[in-house]
Amino acid sequence: MNRDNSLAVLILIAVVIFLPLVSGSTYVITIGVFSGINALIAIGLCILMGYAGQVSLGQAGFYGIGAYVSATLTHHYGLPVPLSVAAAMIVSAFAAVILAVPSLRLKGHYLAVATLSFGEIINIVLNEWGPGGPSGFGDIPAFSILDFIFDTSTSYFYLVWGCVVLVLLFSFNFINSRTGRALKAMHGSELASRAMGLDVTALKIKVFVISATYASLAGSLYAHYVTFISPSSFTLFYSILVLMMVVIGGITNLWGGVAGAILITILPELLRSFEEFDVLVYGMILTLSLMFLRKGIVPLLIEKINHLRGPLIAGD
Amino acid sequence: MLAINTIGKSFGGLIALHNVSFRVDGGSISALIGPNGAGKTTLLNIISGIFPTDVGNISFSGATISNLPSTKIARAGISRTFQQVELFGDMTVLENVMVGRYSRTRSGFISSGLRLPFVRKEEKETRDISLRILDYIGLIGRKDELASNLPLGEQRILEIGRALATEPGLLLLDEPAAGLNIRETRSLGEMIVRLRDEKKITILLVEHDMDLVMRISDRITVLNFGEVIAHGTPLEVQKDQAVIGAYLGTEE
Repeated sequence: MNRDNSLAVLILIAVVIFLPLVSGSTYVITIGVFSGINALIAIGLCILMGYAGQVSLGQAGFYGIGAYVSATLTHHYGLPVPLSVAAAMIVSAFAAVILAVPSLRLKGHYLAVATLSFGEIINIVLNEWGPGGPSGFGDIPAFSILDFIFDTSTSYFYLVWGCVVLVLLFSFNFINSRTGRALKAMHGSELASRAMGLDVTALKIKVFVISATYASLAGSLYAHYVTFISPSSFTLFYSILVLMMVVIGGITNLWGGVAGAILITILPELLRSFEEFDVLVYGMILTLSLMFLRKGIVPLLIEKINHLRGPLIAGD
Repeated sequence: MLAINTIGKSFGGLIALHNVSFRVDGGSISALIGPNGAGKTTLLNIISGIFPTDVGNISFSGATISNLPSTKIARAGISRTFQQVELFGDMTVLENVMVGRYSRTRSGFISSGLRLPFVRKEEKETRDISLRILDYIGLIGRKDELASNLPLGEQRILEIGRALATEPGLLLLDEPAAGLNIRETRSLGEMIVRLRDEKKITILLVEHDMDLVMRISDRITVLNFGEVIAHGTPLEVQKDQAVIGAYLGTEE
């Protein structure tokens, strides 16, 4: 991990620690919790799209598996929450392998449609066979580790963002190493990657698995926070929303996922004052940023900062 | 070292290679020449596993490698460069070489994600070896530049550097001098000779620059319309009537 990223993680940790202390408002903290949950899934999609050059319109499927598996295991079978969350991640990983294997032959639009169908299949399965059917089920136990129960928004905020920090550190570590270089190489030239001995097939499956487990973790955290889930939370609309987060934040940088998740989560709240026009303004802002911030916010900011740093280095 | 036995390949109705057999001796520089469309690149692609052969087999250091996937062939110790440069353009010069270490290292997603002690050690080794390679090929001063920003001559050298990082026993060069000027071609030739003499790497190159081929090759194989028409030292090949015919045409 390079110095800039380490510094950014430290700043993130400081903000996470101090935000609940500064703002006593449950409303702000609740939005913070949802931003963190969305950040987890967005980071996974960033790795999949920005680094490995794959695409997924089915992340809501893994998000749903994460939510349903861990909610069911805790609610119906009384398993401890951390164990259920881990079990959900394993189920999602298997689902990702099943999705990845046929998708290996597909690229671009075809891959997008295949993953989209996967998300829809999961949604249909949840509707038809999920506990509670289309109306879902509630009374999901709150997240608890041993005797500590994360039953306040503030404690949950720390839990979720603690996960975000750990996932970021884990991801930056493997991105700045053999496997991360291999993903970028595969994205750059599959032909040369194979000639260099990269097991392209295995790498693609693994990167799908990683993004799926992140989405699954996000889904589990969502379920144990809202304590009520139904299939309507895990639809194509959500997959597209996650896609928007990473595209607007910037797919070539993990911080893009985090920034995009926060922005897209906060934006509807900021637009409350537009009342019935809020959806219209929301859509306009998204469209404009896609038109004018093509690289995404974070990569553009980095370019600006490097531009400012440039003359300083030259002056040394 | 490398034995090519009765290889045949056709694409639809087009016969690209027919009954091609020759050997590449360990520690030699061998060249594969022939007019355009003779099947030279097709043969390199078959050796490196980009596509399978229809007939015949290839053995490398005693083991049959024909029809193995390219990943396995790379791991067996055959590396290559491409006619159209295939660098990882969005990555730095150093990173490109580091990718070449992939098959010689083993840390995975989880061990790298957790930064286990062996991963740190391996990462440092990868970096050191790659820096040494950059130093050897004379691109150390460019290590932090994006590969796509290098001029073509340096891109071709970098492709060789990346291939060296895989520790190949056999290096396949597909028209390494294409697009290079006279000075660049000369230093490329010197580097290829150094790879044979200092690194003990066997080299098989496809090349159109006859000056370069005649100067550095120990053995030359000539292909024409997918068949071997001559095989020998540069002097023998130059005098061969079939070769002269293939390049200049024969009197009717």
